[in-house]
Amino acid sequence: MNTGLTSDQQLFVDTTRKFLQDGLPGPVRRALRDRPEGYDPSFWKTGTELGWTSLLIGEEYGGGSVSGNGLRDLALVAQEFGRHAAPGPLLTTNVAAFALSRAGGAPARAVLGRIADGDAIVAWCFSEPPPGDGLGQIAATAVADGGDWLLTGEKAPVEHGAQADLFLVTARTATGLIQLLVPATSPGVTVTPLQTLDVSRRFALVDFRDVRVPADGVVGSAESAPAEVDRQLHVALAIQTAEMVGALDTAFELTVAWAADRYSFGRPLDSYQALKHRFADLKMWLEASHAVVDAAVDAVATDAGDSAELVSVAKAYVGHYGPELAQDCVQLHGGIGLTFEHDLHLYLRRVTLGSALLGTVREHRLRLATLLEDRGRLTTDLGSERKATA
Amino acid sequence: MSVDGTESVEDFRLRARRWLAGNLPPTSSGGFGRRTAGSDEEELAEVATERRWQRQLWDGRLAGICFPTGYGGLGLTPAHAAAFNEELVGYAYPWRLQVPTMTPCAAVILEFGTHEQKIAHLPAILRGEQLWMQFLSEPGSGSDVAGAQTTAVREGDEWIINGSKIWTTGAWWSDWGLCLARTNSDVPKHRGLTVFMLPIHQPGIEISRIEMLDGSKEFCQEFMTDVRVPDSARIGGVDDGWTVVTRWLFHERTYASSPLTIRPARGADGARGESGASLLSLAEQAGRRDDPRARELVGEAHALTVAVRELDRRVHAAIAAGTASDQLASVSRLMHGVVAAQLNTIAFDLAGPRAVAWGAPDEELGSRGISYLTRQMASIAGGTTEMARNVVSERVLGMPRERTLDRNIPFREVRNSSTARTDGRR
Repeated sequence: MNTGLTSDQQLFVDTTRKFLQDGLPGPVRRALRDRPEGYDPSFWKTGTELGWTSLLIGEEYGGGSVSGNGLRDLALVAQEFGRHAAPGPLLTTNVAAFALSRAGGAPARAVLGRIADGDAIVAWCFSEPPPGDGLGQIAATAVADGGDWLLTGEKAPVEHGAQADLFLVTARTATGLIQLLVPATSPGVTVTPLQTLDVSRRFALVDFRDVRVPADGVVGSAESAPAEVDRQLHVALAIQTAEMVGALDTAFELTVAWAADRYSFGRPLDSYQALKHRFADLKMWLEASHAVVDAAVDAVATDAGDSAELVSVAKAYVGHYGPELAQDCVQLHGGIGLTFEHDLHLYLRRVTLGSALLGTVREHRLRLATLLEDRGRLTTDLGSERKATA
Repeated sequence: MSVDGTESVEDFRLRARRWLAGNLPPTSSGGFGRRTAGSDEEELAEVATERRWQRQLWDGRLAGICFPTGYGGLGLTPAHAAAFNEELVGYAYPWRLQVPTMTPCAAVILEFGTHEQKIAHLPAILRGEQLWMQFLSEPGSGSDVAGAQTTAVREGDEWIINGSKIWTTGAWWSDWGLCLARTNSDVPKHRGLTVFMLPIHQPGIEISRIEMLDGSKEFCQEFMTDVRVPDSARIGGVDDGWTVVTRWLFHERTYASSPLTIRPARGADGARGESGASLLSLAEQAGRRDDPRARELVGEAHALTVAVRELDRRVHAAIAAGTASDQLASVSRLMHGVVAAQLNTIAFDLAGPRAVAWGAPDEELGSRGISYLTRQMASIAGGTTEMARNVVSERVLGMPRERTLDRNIPFREVRNSSTARTDGRR
């Protein structure tokens, strides 16, 4: 249930939905397990013609949105990806495109047109492996060397790192943060594919050892980098949680239909009050998940002051209740829900993946406590300021 | 002003902002906890103050934002109401006059009342002169609203009401009751009900106050003996009360997002109830502000409160746009009950042992012990969460209805607790 879509948005959603529905019957999706890249490149290329990778790219670089607000449109695509457990580097490419388009300059001109056309995959390299795997921890370093930068460090998990043509890497300099655009073929780059829970989404560990990046590979500026990296994280969380609620929609619909069809002791499962009440709780979690994700998407889409708060609320809520909901769908299915042949696990996987990446539930709860604390301090300061001026 | 003479949302907001700064006091400190029962005199004084505030709102042309102009309201939109609520953050306001007076009671009068009934009551409500209560639940029927046993028997142009109602909040300081009564016991239970309006303080109505486990006496029970009500005080058709009650319950379920009430908007620490901010200050008092486990609980609580707010907004928007049925409001009702219990539990956990044994300086911590004991209140009052789960599964998800033993038989043949005791059957 999407309320308040424009007719253009509705058409856009319907087109993407039909494309995913027709192109991804169950057997096709399950067979992706055996593909190293997890998706069919021609499928991805055709999908990008629908606009999947151009929504966060400025018009001056060949992008454009459907509704005038690209992130709202992209969240609709992400939800459809979730609803169909669809394959492809949707999150990683779009966050990188968002970063490049905002920064402008040489890297944007060089790459954005190819991203929009589906001819280049850019992996957004943000998270790092243990021991520095806390949300937002950056240990990779960039050291100035002549006019160039020397990049060293590990990034993981990098979404579709082994399929990427370019990496957008966040690293630490002597004075702060920097973002560098690095071709995958650069000397010193080693990509190691990781095992993953998802049937079709792929991850890699990318190791950068003294990788030389020329000055025109710097994305944005040192001054703007911390705020821009935050914005990118917010966009990534908006896409991630939108995809999670899409997957939850399908898992729930499958389970409601199953409970109506399945008979035991001469009655359909959904006639038992004990189960009906559980379904009511699941519906509550599902609707609340949609509500917090819509709020987060709206806030990030308009660069609102409470974006940081609302993305963490969305992740803290959906990250906790999403997997609970999906697991209860398995329980309500019984043994069939644990088989590879049934579709349910495709959605369980997608939701589980989302809950663990880009900050755990615990990390986002802790961020919220800190945000509240900062806000309390701000209110106190404003209060004393008001008194002082009164 | 816009071309058609309607005040724009922004003009209205600025007018409200100026008016609030000059008329309502700031909210008292963000303390929370069930109101430790003040004296009756204190409570009456607070009610009187709130009535005065409501009158000031009326005089300031700010009362009844979404009520029609013909009945004393401003005839403005939910967007105006939302702007007012944003401006209301940080101010004390007449909260006792919102629920159940503005909704569901005034909402029901607006929807089903005659022109005369609306003229007689709605402006008076908006001036703070009429506080309303719901005479809905009965000692013998809580969740089973349609099982009401209070009777109304017609005598000329009057009805004679006998029976008992329960769980009215503050009936002792209120003025009017919206009362559901049985007018026909020879038909199935949903088809013999009628709704009436009656003054609470009159001969024949005895009010007794119920002491709750926390010592508060805000809930009342009323005993009605031969109470005479004119037929002109009937809301809706004779024996058609269930039509009214269906909407009445809808308004009750959606009170938290109703544009007919005012309440401080999002992020408002002035709102009643536990919030991330109140819990952060609680953790501080408990000496646990730097304890990661405590901070995680604060973050969890904040996510839950925002989820409730956003769910209300989503459900309200979907119903208003016609993309979902009224029944979706039960999802909100369920969420309010479930999350209130979660928040009280988190507060209790944060407060630690001083929530159960506290000294004078630890009053705030002790209040969380008391709130914990009454944790289930929000899952019971206003229709239990079990009823909400039935509605969600049956009316929203379309699952089979529960089997009942009282359908399609005259109400007088329906078994109840007392007939079961006498006939000895299980």
